[in-house]
Amino acid sequence: MKDVLVLGIESSCDETAASVIRNGREVLSNVISSQIALHTQYGGVVPELASRKHIENINWVIEDALTQAGVSLDDLDAIGVTYGPGLVGALLVGVAEAKAIAFAKKKPLIGVNHIEGHVCANFIEHPDLEPPFLCLIVSGGHTHLARMKDYGEFELLGRTRDDAAGEAFDKVARAIGLGYPGGPKIEKAARAGNPHAMEFPRGKVDGSPFDFSFSGMKSAVLNYLNHAAMTGETVNQADVAASFQKAVIDVLVGRAVLAAKELGEDKLVMAGGVASNGALRKAMEEACRKEGIAFYHPSPVYCTDNAAMIGVAAHYHYMKGERAEWDLNAVPNLKLV
Amino acid sequence: MKILGIESSSLVASVALLQDEILIAEYTVNYKRTHSQTLLPMLDEIVQMTETELEDLDGIAVSAGPGSFTGLRIGSATAKGLGLALNKPLLAVPTVDAMAYQLYGCSHWICPIMDAKRGQVYTGIYRFEREFEVLKPECAMDLGELIEEIRESQQTAVFLGDGVPVGKEQIIRELGDRALFAPAPCGRQRAAAVAALGTEYLKAGRMQTAAEHAPEYLRMSQAERELAAKKKRQSQETEQR
Repeated sequence: MKDVLVLGIESSCDETAASVIRNGREVLSNVISSQIALHTQYGGVVPELASRKHIENINWVIEDALTQAGVSLDDLDAIGVTYGPGLVGALLVGVAEAKAIAFAKKKPLIGVNHIEGHVCANFIEHPDLEPPFLCLIVSGGHTHLARMKDYGEFELLGRTRDDAAGEAFDKVARAIGLGYPGGPKIEKAARAGNPHAMEFPRGKVDGSPFDFSFSGMKSAVLNYLNHAAMTGETVNQADVAASFQKAVIDVLVGRAVLAAKELGEDKLVMAGGVASNGALRKAMEEACRKEGIAFYHPSPVYCTDNAAMIGVAAHYHYMKGERAEWDLNAVPNLKLV
Repeated sequence: MKILGIESSSLVASVALLQDEILIAEYTVNYKRTHSQTLLPMLDEIVQMTETELEDLDGIAVSAGPGSFTGLRIGSATAKGLGLALNKPLLAVPTVDAMAYQLYGCSHWICPIMDAKRGQVYTGIYRFEREFEVLKPECAMDLGELIEEIRESQQTAVFLGDGVPVGKEQIIRELGDRALFAPAPCGRQRAAAVAALGTEYLKAGRMQTAAEHAPEYLRMSQAERELAAKKKRQSQETEQR
């Protein structure tokens, strides 16, 4: 059978990325141009600056991905691009670029949901993994508990009612003076801290057992810091980081395992930037082993934003015969379902 | 010589095909700002209608700013994608230059004004009686200062662009009958003008690769302005100490 080659393009936030995928599972190239250094001086992603960087870098990134994969645009079967969710100005760069390339080369265009892409990152390193399965998607913008019924088909079980898990990491990191990006910095600081130094609330949503709420937890951390500042108490940065991280992990692991047990799912897939957190992986792995659930997660490089996952997701939509039209637009608040 | 022109710097979305300096097709819509949805279908339409093979293009001219940041990037990313796929050079034409280029044979000053908000316009001053002359290159400035500059020059100026409905009253009040306003066919951005000026750029060798092209915004982002102001404040405070 002839190989199927898909070019994936991603520009939904602060990474400009392109990748070539063979037969939906094999990564021939995975180029990521990160803007973290630029945004760090502002304490977070500045949308207008992100968009400006995307347009400066996008052609180099795509050309690099093709060169590294050893393929030309003519060899491709389809072009997949993230069209949401994300920052609208950032998304538009990738969408307009991908449309123009597909149009000029007369190639099928596939619009990809970024959240679905995160889940599909798991297909790269787990060749045996096939839907259906339960998935927990945790990143700076999303916290979703869903069931992937088939390729490209999801059923939403729960989501965050306020902050995303990664957002809470960023806000707490800023509050205790660790800065941006919060996830990796808290994880590092937490290693030297006591996770039981403080007990922050594990927020629940009444009547929705699979939904999440992180704002109460975040507020508890901020209140603790304010109180310490007023009373002149010294704050142990490592203890706060460790206790906060433990609270987030307890919630994520608790909800995911509860859902797997109640729905009788024997496969749990984790995805998104926060899924690269080592302590979270370890806790989820242990909990799944106890319950006899097979646990999957991508390597860190496929957890954070990348275009390989977009190429993989695009592959399966392409195989189903789905095509985007030339009026494909960016949809900043695109839903998974 | 075949040149494609792309214009999406304002409310106007426009694409045009020029062959040997003759306008073959132009599709211009000045309606709602949904360029990401309209631009490529418009291009598809004119390419099909004129049986154009994109491989035959000699260059892709794009209205390169100033203008709406997002609008500019939609046009730029489209041009960059086409340039990458077709391996063709890009011709980055300043938006206000292309606007002025519509008024050939005009002995007056030509003054495109784009509403830049915050009391400012994106503008420039041009003359196009025979040769196209740039008297004041593209810039962002207060409309009042621009009017003052024209008043002091004693020149008559033709205004065009989406800054006209915003500033017309003030312009007439200050300049009286030395202010003229361009009629509808040359009153806003058009891709035909971008492609025509782009043709001149190609002849003169003023090309960019698709990879190196980026819009010229003429303005920092708000976050950059605030950071620069903060740094300036801090350095002044340090000096005072």
